[in-house]
Amino acid sequence: MSAVLDAATLRAMARGCAILGAGGGGDPHIGLLQSLQATEDFGPVTLADLDELDDDALLMPCGMIGAPTVHIEKIENGTEGSRLVARLEQITGKKVAALMAAEIGGSNGLQPISWAARAGLPVVDADGMGRAFPEVPQVAMHIAGISPSPCVMTEERGNMIVFETVSGQWMERLARAAAVEFGGSASSTEYTLTVAEARTATVRGSVTLAIGIGQALTDAEGDPVAAVLAATGARRLVTGKIADVERRTTKGFVRGSVVVEGLGADAGRLIRLELQNENLVALEAGRVTASVPDLISVLDTETGDAIVTERVRYGQRVTVIAFACHPIWRTPAGLEAAGPRAFGYDFDYIPVEELAGALS
Amino acid sequence: MPSLDYRLGIDVGGTNTDAVVLDRADRVLAKAKVAGTHDITGGITAAIDAVLAAPGIDASRITHVMLGTTHATNAVLERRRLRRVAVLRIGSPATHGIRPMFGWPADAAAAVSVGAAITGGGIEFDGRDLAPLDGDAIARFCAEVGGQAQGVAITSVFAPVSPRHELAAAQIVARELGDEVHVSLSHEIGSVGLLERENATILNAALVGVAGDVARAMRAALAAHDLHPATFFAQNDGTLMALDHALRYPVLTIGSGPANSIRGAAFLSGVTDALAVDVGGTSADVGVLVNGFPRESSQGVEIGGIRTNFRMPDLVTIALGGGTVISNEAGGARIGPQSVGYQLTGEALVFGGRIPTMTDAAVACGRADIGDASLLGRARPLLRRAAQRADAMLAEAIDRVKTSRGDLTLITVGGGSILVPDNIPGVSEVIRPAHFDAANAIGAAIAAVSGQVDRIFHLGTGGRSAALAEASDEAREHAVAAGADPGTVQIVEIEEIPLAYLTTPAVRIRVKAAGTLGGLGEPSPPTAVHVPRRST
Repeated sequence: MSAVLDAATLRAMARGCAILGAGGGGDPHIGLLQSLQATEDFGPVTLADLDELDDDALLMPCGMIGAPTVHIEKIENGTEGSRLVARLEQITGKKVAALMAAEIGGSNGLQPISWAARAGLPVVDADGMGRAFPEVPQVAMHIAGISPSPCVMTEERGNMIVFETVSGQWMERLARAAAVEFGGSASSTEYTLTVAEARTATVRGSVTLAIGIGQALTDAEGDPVAAVLAATGARRLVTGKIADVERRTTKGFVRGSVVVEGLGADAGRLIRLELQNENLVALEAGRVTASVPDLISVLDTETGDAIVTERVRYGQRVTVIAFACHPIWRTPAGLEAAGPRAFGYDFDYIPVEELAGALS
Repeated sequence: MPSLDYRLGIDVGGTNTDAVVLDRADRVLAKAKVAGTHDITGGITAAIDAVLAAPGIDASRITHVMLGTTHATNAVLERRRLRRVAVLRIGSPATHGIRPMFGWPADAAAAVSVGAAITGGGIEFDGRDLAPLDGDAIARFCAEVGGQAQGVAITSVFAPVSPRHELAAAQIVARELGDEVHVSLSHEIGSVGLLERENATILNAALVGVAGDVARAMRAALAAHDLHPATFFAQNDGTLMALDHALRYPVLTIGSGPANSIRGAAFLSGVTDALAVDVGGTSADVGVLVNGFPRESSQGVEIGGIRTNFRMPDLVTIALGGGTVISNEAGGARIGPQSVGYQLTGEALVFGGRIPTMTDAAVACGRADIGDASLLGRARPLLRRAAQRADAMLAEAIDRVKTSRGDLTLITVGGGSILVPDNIPGVSEVIRPAHFDAANAIGAAIAAVSGQVDRIFHLGTGGRSAALAEASDEAREHAVAAGADPGTVQIVEIEEIPLAYLTTPAVRIRVKAAGTLGGLGEPSPPTAVHVPRRST
């Protein structure tokens, strides 16, 4: 059933996108302001379910690529999305029926909404990840065998590049280099697909989930963390405080670890999180208690809001939660693209539900 | 500038205005505390009159005045006495996605803005032009707002990388609107983060009038005592800027109150690295003293519903002060958040009033001997429970503000210091310095003069060391421009933040230099600390 994304819904969605970022994806604040302004200027955006659209209708997955530091300084023109739509329609000879977030987690979750408002198109209740990942090919469409090409990339001046690449890895390499030349940030679409394909090749319901998490937080009386657990089906790994933070930047990625010391009922427990932009692994007493591609989020215990990895600081009162990723990431191909070994860890993935069961 | 003799420090707070007179050896000769008045500058005049009336003060020896004030903060919160500002953003074709002041509370935007434009220009993160500067568009905008605008706030995309478009735009605005219209430039006010820097720049232009009013009132109050001292304003990092500097950058005075208290705590205790808590009548601010200065927040702060990113002391504030009201709650005691404020001496139990306050709790626990303890009567169990609860609140606030494990010294200042217990988890020692109740005004009086650079450097052939040297030289120049004695200026803080996701090596460098006031005798600047940051 379609719904209209009004201002209150967008604000809720931003809080949900932050939690689905699993520590990464950037602050949704800029994306929220862009969406609020665009819907104020051009009218609200409709959220469409994939079942409401024709099988052969074309979807445009899209988002921003580049450095978060540039995003917060060189804000977009606003017409980038419409230009991507026009060019993609020209290349494919088909009308774009709706936009879709390539990545629901973090700032990219809201990005398509401002573009959809201006283009007069709906956004679909789905995305390419169900969370945040650092690289272009780490999307469900890639796992499902959808081609990344054509990729269209543009920026505020109107420069436009169309990439035809032999693989997702080449797309990542060329697109990131182009983004740097454009000034560190660009807007892009890749992995174009039909609605029929999207029904099995995307993470469905993720916009509704983001909104639901945010609304649960807004409506929470007393315990916002409990509201997030209920909305996500997540498990609480620990409630405590940040006892140690170690971070470094290598090759453009933030890596490091965070130690959470249990408080109250969890007193005496120590949980260590390994991070590379996102929170990737949770360890307790040398044992893995959750790992990528499942989602691990650090929440402010008081407000229930996500704390992104670059803002985690000693002394913060936090609750670490973990919840199941989309099943596509648990297939052999999904784990090859985004499992523990894809991030350089020497262990096999075990779903968070089984790890939690083994503990109790 | 007159050679230094006596200094008059003034701190205008929420309820009280404090004033102190210090001699050349930093001894406190006199102090006064007066209740605030509704008149915006009445507290300053009253405090000056009161402290100069102290016996044995030779007022004619006062050569320097340092003022810390909440006037700018209150003007923003109350949307009053703000100037009308034209908002010029240089960044088209980028940045139209979020227009200037989008998301501001409507009353604040209405009180401040006479119009906004986004004109062609701006800088890329690597220093290239985003687009050529469109001087004609700036001139057209000036024609639109001319006659209404009392100030112009100019913000260019990536001005922290290069200010050249802002500087060129300022010349065009001066040519079109004349020199009497104030111009605020974002690269002098904030750091990376276009919207927050722009907001701070707009607020700065809006606050220029308030700063002028305060300066005039203070001059008049001093002139009434036939005093014409060199005048400085305290800023939010705990250092001073000369009056003419403060009149141009009034937004930097926001947050100077807690900064003054923390600096005062350092001075009074002789400790340069510690935790500091300032307990007032309504709230307690817990901060960290690093190398004699308050540690600054890494995230922007919101003022009156407006997001900014300028530098502020990193504080944890809790609703716990001497006047905080205690009420019964199932299984314990409820603390605040209400406070009886300046009515403490009428309302608290120990003063014969009927409202249990944290001051009563401190007396019940034997931490203070104030008023008449026999009046506490049956309230004692409640007061003891409240003290326990308050101690836990304070311990948690202290732990939140720490950046690492390990016990630290805590310096406690402010009128409500009696609430602070001697034993706190995570604290090795509690220091209660003399004159703790006037630490804020003393902090203003003893403050150093600083200059800061915070922008993105591209590592060229000279590499990192050349960039650090360039940043350090700039910071020193800024400190001297703000009134520091060139011979005493030293680098007190260096922070490097490498930028993620970029293939060309770039680093955000923040350097602060500080020196003693021009004309002050022996310099005692702290030694430099180097704080490499691992990530953004």
